[in-house]
Amino acid sequence: METLLIDIKARILELAPEFLQFPLGHLLSISPVISVFAGFFALTTWVERKGLGRIQNRLGPNRVGPFGILQPVADGLKMIFKEDVVPRSADKVVHFLAPILLVIPTMLAFSVIPYGERLVPIDLDAGILFFFAVGGAAELTVFMAGWSSRNKYAMLGAMRAIAQMISYEVPLILSSIVVIMMAGSLSLVDIVAVQSGPIWNWHVATPWGFAGFLLFLTAALAESNRSPFDIPEAESEIIAGHMTEYSGFKYALFFLAEYMGLFAMSGLAITLFLGGFHAPLPFLTWVPAPFWFFGKFIVLIALFIWIRGTLPRLRMDQLMGLAWKFMLPMTLITFATGATWHYAGKGVIAWTICTPMIVLPYVFLGKALTKGQTVAKRVYRFAD
Amino acid sequence: MLGTGIIKGMAQTAKNFVGSYTDSKYLTTVEYPEQRIPTKENNRNFPFLVFDGDDPMPGLRCVACQICEKECPPQCIYIEKDKTKKPDFVGKDQFQPAVFDIDISVCMSCQICVEVCPFDAIKMDTEFELSQTDRFGGLLLSKHKLAKSNDYYRSIHPTEAAAIDDSRAEDVKKAKAKAAAKAKADAEKKAKAAAEAEAKKQADAAGDAAPPTEPK
Repeated sequence: METLLIDIKARILELAPEFLQFPLGHLLSISPVISVFAGFFALTTWVERKGLGRIQNRLGPNRVGPFGILQPVADGLKMIFKEDVVPRSADKVVHFLAPILLVIPTMLAFSVIPYGERLVPIDLDAGILFFFAVGGAAELTVFMAGWSSRNKYAMLGAMRAIAQMISYEVPLILSSIVVIMMAGSLSLVDIVAVQSGPIWNWHVATPWGFAGFLLFLTAALAESNRSPFDIPEAESEIIAGHMTEYSGFKYALFFLAEYMGLFAMSGLAITLFLGGFHAPLPFLTWVPAPFWFFGKFIVLIALFIWIRGTLPRLRMDQLMGLAWKFMLPMTLITFATGATWHYAGKGVIAWTICTPMIVLPYVFLGKALTKGQTVAKRVYRFAD
Repeated sequence: MLGTGIIKGMAQTAKNFVGSYTDSKYLTTVEYPEQRIPTKENNRNFPFLVFDGDDPMPGLRCVACQICEKECPPQCIYIEKDKTKKPDFVGKDQFQPAVFDIDISVCMSCQICVEVCPFDAIKMDTEFELSQTDRFGGLLLSKHKLAKSNDYYRSIHPTEAAAIDDSRAEDVKKAKAKAAAKAKADAEKKAKAAAEAEAKKQADAAGDAAPPTEPK
């Protein structure tokens, strides 16, 4: 499968004249990635609405096409034909640039993720560094959108977004630093190569890897502004946050960038902790590697939809508390556990030392942070 | 422990998700245009005019007394009386409306017109699919659009309609009895008058034969 795709690319390149080979080669690497993830975006919006509907005891979209499968098409058409409204007092250039500049870095993030044995658009030596560097640009563009709209809700949303994204970038990067430390490389291809083999070789099957994976997932959710960390948008509080003054296709671009950001984070989580494109069990290796990558990808997306359907939105202080008081210490503990794991020989002894190193701080930190908080049944004075 | 609440919540939503495929208890919505829930008997929105029989216009119960028009708080009813009269269900001659309009864009569904109508002619409807392309003319309902049969009234508010049907049947019975009594009385009166006339005639005839003797 991987070789098939690479062969096709090589055949096409043979036909092209020499001066075209460099741009055409890169175009052929880029276009499948963009089209596959754009397709996933369309499909995810539908699956998400169906899944959330089922979770909330209703059917979800069921009007456009069989089971509402054409809903993304209808949504897309609606978005394209909607009027593009720009506020009179908006900073028009920045207002126009923000959605475009948001999409570009989220797309760039896909370029370093390995989808198969040789299927990686660019094999950068510092792939993970590149990933986080372009991810950082998203914060700037969100603030551009909020600032240029000249709207108090947009401004509030942008400020919340900045506060949230910067706070969660710390545990996000710290939880992936453990993996870098264990793999000894910043290249995502090398990190996947370290985890080659069945499920017990993956990083998630170690105490520090499991904790790191959960921390990474939580931080990834917050980084991509998804429920329960959708405070920057918070429909019921500040309309749509930084997207308040956007309509039509620009709004769709924000939406696209948000999902693309989530997909990129899922891809990175798979690469760092879930063994990348490797099959979970030895006898399953006949299935081509990209299928394993996208299988894990779909599972993670389903998990994100499930989480969105379950958890209510956090308060601003809860959000900050979680990032700085809980996740930051936990990532540092994971860091220390990773080092211990390395020197304790990765065997039974390592398990016995490392498991309490993660579990005990988790329990005590949780207890300390929730001390004094009581969960009481809400009493209504007039509504009952 | 931290996180147990999240797991409990996730279990609940998973139960909802899986249950929606296996158990109708977890899928409570009704797909509206295709599936419908029958309207409740107490439901009401806008008034309509009840008619008896098969022909709407002659069968209208309304006698154009204009009480509803005067009582209507938002003044959404407009009535013009017809010149001619027609007999109502008990046979009494009554006016009828030449024009009876209700502007349902103004109507506030207060049911006061129904409360004040002495003829049970105006009742509340349960029809709710009233969207129109013309918001002025389309929502101004004439008597032709307002007229709905008594059978329809029975179908939407069975209890109320049955009580009214009973009382109207009673009225018809009373009117018939009254008419019969009146007819009987009339007949008796006629007979009496005839008898009296007869007696007078006979007396006159006898008088002719033997003129009454006047006392002197």
